[in-house]
Amino acid sequence: MRVVVCVKHVPDIQSARSFREDGLLARGGEDDTLNELDEDALEAALRLVEAHPVAEGAEPHEVVALTVGPAAAVEALRRGLAMGATSAVHVRDDAVAGSDAIATARVLAAAVRHVHAERPVDAVVAGMAGLDGLTSLVPAALAALLDWPQLTLADRITVEDGTVRVRRETSTDVEELSAPAPAVLSVTDQAFRARFPDFKGILAARKKPVEVLALADLGVDPATVGLGGSAARVVEAVPTPERAGRVLVTGGAETVPALVDYLAQKGFA
Amino acid sequence: MNVLVLLDHGDGRLRPTALELLTLARDLPDARVHAVWVGADPAEEVRAQVGAHGGHALHHVLVDGADDRLTASVVDALEAVRAEVDAPLLLVASTFEGKEVAARLAVRTGAGVVTGAGGLERDADGRSVATKTVLAGTWTTRCAVTGPFGVVALAPNSVQAAPLAQPAPAEVVEHRVEASAAARAVTVHSREPRPTSDRPALAEAEVVVVGGRGVEGDFTAVEELADVLGGAVGATRVATDEGWIGHEAQVGQTGVTISPRLYVGAGVSGAVHHRGGMAASVTVVAVNSDPDAPIFEFADYGVVGDLNEVLPALSEQIRRRRG
Ligand SMILES: Cc1cc2nc3c(=O)[nH]c(=O)nc-3n(C[C@H](O)[C@H](O)[C@H](O)COP(=O)(O)OP(=O)(O)OC[C@H]3O[C@@H](n4cnc5c(N)ncnc54)[C@H](O)[C@@H]3O)c2cc1C
Ligand SMILES: Nc1ncnc2c1ncn2[C@@H]1O[C@H](COP(=O)(O)O)[C@@H](O)[C@H]1O
Repeated sequence: MRVVVCVKHVPDIQSARSFREDGLLARGGEDDTLNELDEDALEAALRLVEAHPVAEGAEPHEVVALTVGPAAAVEALRRGLAMGATSAVHVRDDAVAGSDAIATARVLAAAVRHVHAERPVDAVVAGMAGLDGLTSLVPAALAALLDWPQLTLADRITVEDGTVRVRRETSTDVEELSAPAPAVLSVTDQAFRARFPDFKGILAARKKPVEVLALADLGVDPATVGLGGSAARVVEAVPTPERAGRVLVTGGAETVPALVDYLAQKGFA
Repeated sequence: MNVLVLLDHGDGRLRPTALELLTLARDLPDARVHAVWVGADPAEEVRAQVGAHGGHALHHVLVDGADDRLTASVVDALEAVRAEVDAPLLLVASTFEGKEVAARLAVRTGAGVVTGAGGLERDADGRSVATKTVLAGTWTTRCAVTGPFGVVALAPNSVQAAPLAQPAPAEVVEHRVEASAAARAVTVHSREPRPTSDRPALAEAEVVVVGGRGVEGDFTAVEELADVLGGAVGATRVATDEGWIGHEAQVGQTGVTISPRLYVGAGVSGAVHHRGGMAASVTVVAVNSDPDAPIFEFADYGVVGDLNEVLPALSEQIRRRRG
């Protein structure tokens, strides 16, 4: 079985994040890190292959970590390799900078096709959201671009006889869906608590192959990505002003009448 | 200008966010609102509700050959309506489902997508420009759709739904589409509704009372206040992980994103993961015994105190005030 996992390198959400003058998120800081939610995607992929012992003489399973991002994004791949991914693909091209989620998905789709052409892929697994933009657009866009079935927000995954089956919770229902492989999945953060890479894993990761590709290697027209290839853009970004007229009181039940007045004034009491 | 609105529905009825989207759409300059209902028959009152909220037409689309609630099917339905109604803008609710529809449609049409919008206007150049709160509430951005077609996913409670003074009934247009291969490829083996409560749905509620680790396993005081305020009950990830309340109550970056008019956090520290899912709340009230809790940095009204004292007194006094 071969599973590609999409991992993104993002600014640490505990750090002071900001936008640049041109409306793009400031990236490339010291604190940038693997998107936490993609650790769950890696974990899901690793568990999936581990659930299928490799038959005698059969080809070994592969988990391929894939990222689209600047040079520093290799750190996200290294983390994935340390967790147990077997190889990695890094699409790195200056023309990609400024891509929105849909343009990013175009590059990811081309990279998945590139892998698939050489070594057939059974599934692509993504995280439920990038903790930077929190758009949750990429997995569905990727499925549409590849024209592979979409099975998103899974919390249970099995692959049997070429069929991918998932359990998922929507805002209103619990569903079980299946589709023929290859399919595009995303996973929630509920069911795949990620393993911690051990020292051996970290050492091994240094020796695992990372294939670096440019847009030209993938046949992606640079005009379809980056700012020019994105149909939406940030035109203004400002730090949110502090909430005005804030009140802070200390005490117990005796503080409540004033709070009730406050709520009444806002129309809630 | 034609504006398409994807109607969120369940059990044949519109969800509250659908009325908010219609209200926003019809108030855009020169808007002619085309509401789209995908799936089996809408209840009798839907046509009147759509008309009352400014919908010019109600497009009722049946999808053949695939489950009509799959994202791919909904996109097939929207494409069928778009083939007849030329519109530069589609509004959807900013739920996971709504965002996935936006993503797939963007691939098909080249649309520019903005998710989690808190407001929307058309600028002097006729572009759709949305405002949104990002980076766990620390930044506010304006995002413009630069191409000819945009999909904007609107956060709940961004506008107050309001019927028109002189509504006209919406014209019903029936459509039938053949599902695409992408939709047909997916088999639905089971679909069970998640348990619902009598309280409003968390994502859409105007008032949300959230309990965190500080409730120490007992949500009674949180539930009581939510009921007095007619609101929903939410929780932090700690409270759901502890099993004190179901996971569906989790508010935050990986739980439900909420934007109520009133958020009350009790025993909630205000961690960035949590903040990311509630930063767009209009008024934030926090009760926390630790004066250094981060939630006080973004609360409009903070009480440094014990929630076991403050919450019951608050419920009691609001109830008494209302008589
Ligand atoms: C990938 C990832 C995703 C996450 N997603 C989410 C998410 O979506 N939503 C979410 O909420 N969290 C999420 N988290 C967890 C998040 O980081 C915090 O751990 C969590 O929000 C803290 O919950 P809490 O405020 O209940 O607990 P704590 O941080 O422990 O705070 C409890 C607070 O209660 C106060 N308190 C205690 N007793 C009382 C009392 N008697 N009266 C008043 N106050 C009292 C304390 O002073 C303290 O401030 C995520 C974490 C990760 C790693
Ligand atoms: N640049 C990227 N490189 C690799 N994977 C990505 C990238 N952007 C998004 N993803 C994947 O798509 C998921 C959802 O991201 P988003 O749609 O940006 O919220 C992430 O959890 C990743 O798995």
